[in-house]
Amino acid sequence: MKIIKFFTFICIFFLLNISKSFSLIEVDITRGNLNPLPIAVSPLSQDNKSKKIFQKKISLDDLGSEIAAVIENNLKQSGLFNPLSKDAFLQKPDIAHLKPRFEDWSLIKAQALITGKVLIENDKLKVEFRLWDVLAAREMLALSFTTVPSNWRRVGHIITDKVYERLTGEKGYFDTRIIYVSEEGPKTQRIKKLAIMDQDGFNIKYLTLGNELVLTPRFNPTNQMVTYLSYFRNLPRVYLLDIETGTQEVAGDFPGMTFAPRFSPDGKKIIMSFAKDGNSDIYTMDIENRIVERITNHPSIDTSPSYSPNGKFITFNSDRSGFQQIYVMNSDGSNVKRISFGKGLYGTPVWSPRGDLIAFTKLHKGKFYIGVMRTDGKGERLLTENFYQEAPSWAPNGRVLIFYRETKTNDKGEGFSAKLWSIDLTGYNERMIKTEKDASDPSWSSLLSN
Amino acid sequence: MNLSNILKNTFLVILVSLAVSACASKKTSTTTLDSQIQGDVYTGTDTVEYLAKGVPDRVFFATNESILTTKSRDTLRKQAAWLRENPSVSVVVEGHADERGTREYNLALGERRANAAKDYLMTYGISADRISVISYGKERPVDSGSNPLSWSKNRRSVTVKAN
Repeated sequence: MKIIKFFTFICIFFLLNISKSFSLIEVDITRGNLNPLPIAVSPLSQDNKSKKIFQKKISLDDLGSEIAAVIENNLKQSGLFNPLSKDAFLQKPDIAHLKPRFEDWSLIKAQALITGKVLIENDKLKVEFRLWDVLAAREMLALSFTTVPSNWRRVGHIITDKVYERLTGEKGYFDTRIIYVSEEGPKTQRIKKLAIMDQDGFNIKYLTLGNELVLTPRFNPTNQMVTYLSYFRNLPRVYLLDIETGTQEVAGDFPGMTFAPRFSPDGKKIIMSFAKDGNSDIYTMDIENRIVERITNHPSIDTSPSYSPNGKFITFNSDRSGFQQIYVMNSDGSNVKRISFGKGLYGTPVWSPRGDLIAFTKLHKGKFYIGVMRTDGKGERLLTENFYQEAPSWAPNGRVLIFYRETKTNDKGEGFSAKLWSIDLTGYNERMIKTEKDASDPSWSSLLSN
Repeated sequence: MNLSNILKNTFLVILVSLAVSACASKKTSTTTLDSQIQGDVYTGTDTVEYLAKGVPDRVFFATNESILTTKSRDTLRKQAAWLRENPSVSVVVEGHADERGTREYNLALGERRANAAKDYLMTYGISADRISVISYGKERPVDSGSNPLSWSKNRRSVTVKAN
């Protein structure tokens, strides 16, 4: 199974003397953005020769418009931008890309403008794009990429990342994938498969057939491996899957159930729970030499471990106080400290990629919340409340969380569904991510290209 | 390892006897006939199947708990007696949780419940090598409802013939 195709691109900086202090537009992503920046994404222009080749190679009539649509959708979903309707555009794409008539664009209230051009060069797809500051009437960014034509959606994501970074000052999260569990069938007999898709819900691929129950997939830091729980042969164990080759293997031959796996930040270890005789503790296993280390040793349930990005600490879930709460300890298991003290039960702690926050699921008075707190447990903020939702996973820039939500069934037990949702750290911009079938247990990859 | 097991079993017996005496005094308290839940534990028979005549296959638990109720212990003693009469039978004890918990915690909780049932069968003379356990967490509910009665039916451990 060849999921991640070898991908190369070349960036040519047309213009490097970009000074940020000069630009008038700036997007603040630290607050709920109620005034998204009006931006015009002009369709990328293409010549007739390239057009014919694209039609033949990837059966798309207007690749330039398709890539623009990818960018536009990304910007819109971010909640920070308001892409303007193309009907109002006055300038033709090819001319706008050479030199925009800024008066025309400011007339339709665009503050930023993206233009571009697609062409075929030595059988490769070449995409140029420029980002313009309409009010200051100047170019902010100009780049070009070369890749295989079938990679055109990724070009749209990479352009969005560059635009996002230029306008917000932070890395984007658009050239990323989500691994999740695809679900179907009645609630009492769900069929579950591992699935992977682009961050925007496109290019869904199924990685297992659904013959056995699979749960909680998570990427390694390079996004080539996934660790997950499989009930293969009715033995629930942590598995490792190589996405490119499709090879699956048991990670650690424990005499009992292993579950709740995650990679260490260096990708060398898997941290997980091992349940024996009614007690779950946390262990690590070195992937290379298979050396197993016990991290916790307590008669309570210890599970859902997650490393801090520097690998020095582990946050986890334990009911040693009598109920599910969140704890932090050193990565060798020493210095265990409880950090959740609010009302209710706390689970699924995940350390933010920035290192400053821990996202969690909270259950209080019959409602489920996704929230964040600082790593010392202070500053708890609940972002969203619902009948059932859990398992937040961070976007690589630490600004957005993805999680899953299940519906309440009716009196007859009908109407069950599970869907993926995302929400900004600000608590704004909650959105459902469309998937072919029901979905749960999402895990966000890191940026595929940097 | 052995010592800890012995200690654990002793602890369990003490716990069980304590629970028995505690419940014995409560038995006279009113039981509403129309209610199928008592103290958060399902007491009905809707979903129950039988390993043999008079030998129910499952026991039920309170929310977030793995403590066996008087009725559960009664059921498990019947299972143990049946297993003693059928020495060639091995069983799998499946532990389950309701949907009102996080997935990973529920997997651990299901394992704890299945082991509570297994330990009790062992104290009644069934050898550990005839009993394996598996936790399904909240993955295999028996009732798809989203209400307290459905959830109580789903918090269970089920003894299933393995051969």
